[in-house]
Amino acid sequence: MPEMHWLNADMNDDTSRPVAGGKNSAQNLRFVREEFLAEEPAPVSTVGISGWMRINLFSSPLNIILTAFSLYLVWLIVPPVIEWAFINAIWEGEDRNACLVDNAGACWAFIDAKFGQIIYGRYTIDERWRVDLVYLIGAGALIPLLFEKMPGRRYLALFLILIYPVFAFVLLTGGNFGLPHVETALWGGLLVTLVVAVVGIVASLPLGILLALGRRSDMPVVRMFCIGFIELWRGVPLITVLFMASVMLPLFLPEGVNFDKLIRVLIGVALFSSAYMAEVVRGGLQAIPRGQYEAAHALGLSYWQSMGFIILPQALRMVIPGIVNTFIGLFKDTTLVLIVGLFDLLGIIQLNFTDPNWSTPQTAATGYAFAGLIFWAFCFGMSRYSIRVENKLNEGTRRA
Amino acid sequence: MTESQDIAAPIDRSRMEVTDEVAIQIVDMHKWFGEFHVLKAIDLTVFRGERIVVCGPSGSGKSTLIRCINRLEEHQRGQVIVNGIELTNDLKKIDEVRREVGMCFQHFNLFPHLTILENCTLAPVWVRKMPRSEAHDIALHFLERVHIADQAHKFPGQLSGGQQQRVAIARSLCMNPQIMLFDEPTSALDPEMIKEVLDVMIDLAQEGMTMICVTHEMGFARTVANRVIFMDEGQIVEQNEPEPFFSQPQHPRTREFLSQILSH
Repeated sequence: MPEMHWLNADMNDDTSRPVAGGKNSAQNLRFVREEFLAEEPAPVSTVGISGWMRINLFSSPLNIILTAFSLYLVWLIVPPVIEWAFINAIWEGEDRNACLVDNAGACWAFIDAKFGQIIYGRYTIDERWRVDLVYLIGAGALIPLLFEKMPGRRYLALFLILIYPVFAFVLLTGGNFGLPHVETALWGGLLVTLVVAVVGIVASLPLGILLALGRRSDMPVVRMFCIGFIELWRGVPLITVLFMASVMLPLFLPEGVNFDKLIRVLIGVALFSSAYMAEVVRGGLQAIPRGQYEAAHALGLSYWQSMGFIILPQALRMVIPGIVNTFIGLFKDTTLVLIVGLFDLLGIIQLNFTDPNWSTPQTAATGYAFAGLIFWAFCFGMSRYSIRVENKLNEGTRRA
Repeated sequence: MTESQDIAAPIDRSRMEVTDEVAIQIVDMHKWFGEFHVLKAIDLTVFRGERIVVCGPSGSGKSTLIRCINRLEEHQRGQVIVNGIELTNDLKKIDEVRREVGMCFQHFNLFPHLTILENCTLAPVWVRKMPRSEAHDIALHFLERVHIADQAHKFPGQLSGGQQQRVAIARSLCMNPQIMLFDEPTSALDPEMIKEVLDVMIDLAQEGMTMICVTHEMGFARTVANRVIFMDEGQIVEQNEPEPFFSQPQHPRTREFLSQILSH
């Protein structure tokens, strides 16, 4: 049996460094570290800006070519866009003549002139303050809610979920409290876009969760209903749903019963997106290990308790990207309400292209660019916020 | 922190007494997974204060057996009566049984999105309707007992396997159960962590807890159990007190099994 030097090494022995190629083989096995090495800085070629460029941009001949090509593309695209949108753009003007100059860029004067319509649609001009108030209170309650550290978040959330919708409904439609009635046919622009998107988003998440739970239920009737519901709504294009809601539904309703068109569209959009949401949530539910259900049951938690405290918090956290994806898709799908005669942000801008006062070669491009910018700002905001929430939630539960 | 004792050390048996009160009664229970007959004609009576170790080769149905006791698995024939309550499809009765029966799993199954403390207080608050502050105190008491109170505000992912299993035991104890089920509690642990979990279980046995453990820790079976059950092919093949069980196994299958797990 070999002598185990590492166990009974003589601490006074000063030949503790390994001697390569030593004649005594037992000596070669013995090694005791005498001093620990100090940390050294990383090689210059891997740190700092030059290091970053070397690694990310110029690491191989192919990457050098790709970098050069990308720079060429940037040079090709960015300067003309800046020139069009800013340098040659027309910012002020009373009518089309301002934008009919030679070499004109974006006709922002058109947006400026139509701004009221873009925001409010044909909402009665004297009553537009009501829309402003709804926007203002909504933003005032929502923005503090997005910060986790804010005191009283719970009450803000309750206000937004329970009181705000009623408040917004009363204020926007009017007809009560001395407010003149503004029929929804007059609503338009950003107002319609936001109303449809927010109602769709807020309604689809809880509905989707219920549908997802139902689809995994042990009760055959509940399960069959949920599967049927999800597959029906997922199998139909949104345009069909909107058509059905606005054209077909009134045919089936008894005479005299008449829903507002906007409300019918809202219900259609909410049910449609809840079917998508259900499948996203179901993906999360399936990723939860069986052990979590068993542990919850073994502790005596009821079905709703284990779902509410154990399963859903983990499942939803896992599918935040999918949920936000659905939200963003829904937000952009609101443009389809144009098909049933509601003028959302994009619809109202397109409608104004036909205004002969503003008929210029740049009108359409400017209008679409502006609509794109607004949609992008909202969607990008949602995306960034979801990433923030994800990181925040992962902080605590990151596995060691 | 108390000095944890070696498993071979003599243990205090003063409170480890088996009463003649029936805690669990299983009568002619059968269970099938689809076509597969996993449990066959199980008859078992567990008295309050018993420490039973169930062993057997994998697939012998030992885990399924104890999972039938808190209805994580449903049996198809026969009777399972826990604390005088017969387990049927009645959800109320199932919940009633689960409130009084704690369970620890091979993979701990802590809730990863809750802190250690929240893991322990959740069920007392929502199932036992205990005031939050009281649940908090009880949780800290049991976390103290499994020597992990200083980690109360961490998340399960930040703890070692042994620590997680001890938290899982504390979480069950917070419900003040009358019976504890252990489903291979040390099988997923690194060797140096097995002892810390077994120490907690020995501690529990010394307080007179009724326990059923599926485990391959034969040292634990020898010192703590009052009865060892050997299962194979979904049936109870042999049961006996630990000393004769290990020294004079009767059935050839038991002898074969013991020779395999004790050979090294």
